[in-house]
Amino acid sequence: MMNVQDIRKQFPILHQEVNGKPLVYLDSAATSQKPAQVIDAVERYYKEINSNVHRGVHTLGTHATDAYEGAREKVREFIHASSTEEIIFTRGTTTALNIVASSYGRANLQEGDEVVITPMEHHSNIIPWQQVVKATGATLKYIPLQPDGTIALEDVEKTVTENTKIVSVMQVSNVLGTINPIKEIAAIAHQNGAVMVVDGAQSTPHMKIDVEDLDCDFFALSGHKMCGPTGIGVLYGKRQLLEEMDPFEFGGEMIDYVGLYDSTWKDLPWKFEGGTPIIAGAVGLGAAIDFLNEVGMDNIQQHESHLAKYAMEQLSTIEGVTIYGPEKRAGVVTFNSDEVHPHDLATVLDTEGIAVRAGHHCAQPLMKWLEVSATARASFYLYNTEEDVDTFVAGLRKAKEFFGNVF
Amino acid sequence: MSFNNLDQLYRQVIMDHYKNPRNKGELEGNDLKINMNNPTCGDTIQLQLKVDDGKISDAKFIGEGCSISLASASMMTQSVKGLEVDQAMKLSGIFSDMMQGKEYDEEEFDLGDIEALQGVSKFPARIKCATLSWKAMEKGFKEQGEA
Repeated sequence: MMNVQDIRKQFPILHQEVNGKPLVYLDSAATSQKPAQVIDAVERYYKEINSNVHRGVHTLGTHATDAYEGAREKVREFIHASSTEEIIFTRGTTTALNIVASSYGRANLQEGDEVVITPMEHHSNIIPWQQVVKATGATLKYIPLQPDGTIALEDVEKTVTENTKIVSVMQVSNVLGTINPIKEIAAIAHQNGAVMVVDGAQSTPHMKIDVEDLDCDFFALSGHKMCGPTGIGVLYGKRQLLEEMDPFEFGGEMIDYVGLYDSTWKDLPWKFEGGTPIIAGAVGLGAAIDFLNEVGMDNIQQHESHLAKYAMEQLSTIEGVTIYGPEKRAGVVTFNSDEVHPHDLATVLDTEGIAVRAGHHCAQPLMKWLEVSATARASFYLYNTEEDVDTFVAGLRKAKEFFGNVF
Repeated sequence: MSFNNLDQLYRQVIMDHYKNPRNKGELEGNDLKINMNNPTCGDTIQLQLKVDDGKISDAKFIGEGCSISLASASMMTQSVKGLEVDQAMKLSGIFSDMMQGKEYDEEEFDLGDIEALQGVSKFPARIKCATLSWKAMEKGFKEQGEA
């Protein structure tokens, strides 16, 4: 079992007051906080070994390259890919999904082809596909959702056809907390000859990931949601697919030979890493992976699922609160209170030092499906406690009292 | 329980406009219809204006949003009614100054209920809620000016 109090000690930012109250940070689905060992790793990189990678003959250049490529190996192991050639560093999940949509999608889609996604996707797994189907004449199709915000495999089977070339689904919903059956969806995609793309932004920080077991073709993740720095993410792709794809960005770092009118590319994974890479970010992500491994992903998942369950129990004792999404879920609880608009609620909670998200959570189609314009969301991570939930629920009661007097 | 900080933001008059919005609904025979979203939070407003001889003769709104954005739309429609277009634009500028915590002209217009929104300037994350309806009006007149 993990000791949450020991874990909290390792997160400097948590030990402060906000608006005169101890900070209760319940917005980790937007971005997680960073433990000292990640902050230190980035600082040490800049203080001791900062240099450009893959080029200098000098010693620091070698150290920086080793640190950068060492981080790649840590990611490979963490998501259980077979080779570091399949691990591409990107700016985040958004860039990773854009690489797939642009480099793979534009080359492999034509009129009559289909791309299949779901209405619960984050904008970053919707808009790249909207753009690529417009450019290629393909069609965008949606797997309908069940009333509780889950996906039924019969619906996947009905929606995915032999014309489907790409299926792209999030593993965990940033709004509903739904954990989608990726392995089963991937099998259906493959039966129909389509590739399976997974948005792992909300799953990788919170559960064990095994891309080989999922048998997905592409998997995207963000470092900043898993205790790492902002500005670093990963695209995993099966080697054969990546080899067949054109680079996404052209310039330095990614070339083999450059002539006046023609050039050739480096091998994987570097052909997708044009320009000076996000070296410090990768080093920080490597440190974050070490940290998460020390705690244990199974422990983290268990802890968060307990907090989500506890939060849902507590919230359901308050009259007029609607919770969205299924019973079984990741550490995300999205809800509305009939008397208080989510923005007003977030402001009231903020005066109590409690940070929650209010709005559409980059999922406007899902808000439409829920028939709301906005919602409030509390999201949990390994450093959150039952006391955090209690403080949050007390804050919600206070907001209801304040606005209840108005009506 | 103390609500001191919140009371500054959510003044009685704001809550009254939120609870009983003035000028909410469709305006028959409107001359201008402007849609405005706050893409970061999902608030939406449609402002409908009637302009006769350069003067705003009527103003109504429909929309969804938080207490601040709806109360502000209610107050805004109330206060621009009867103003010349350029006067309304000027008032919008004064309101914008007020929201940014700048010195603002208190003399030229009777600010009335609008002044209750002054507290919003202390909550930077909420300023866009208060300015949404005003931005809609500005957009409408600017586009009309260009047409």
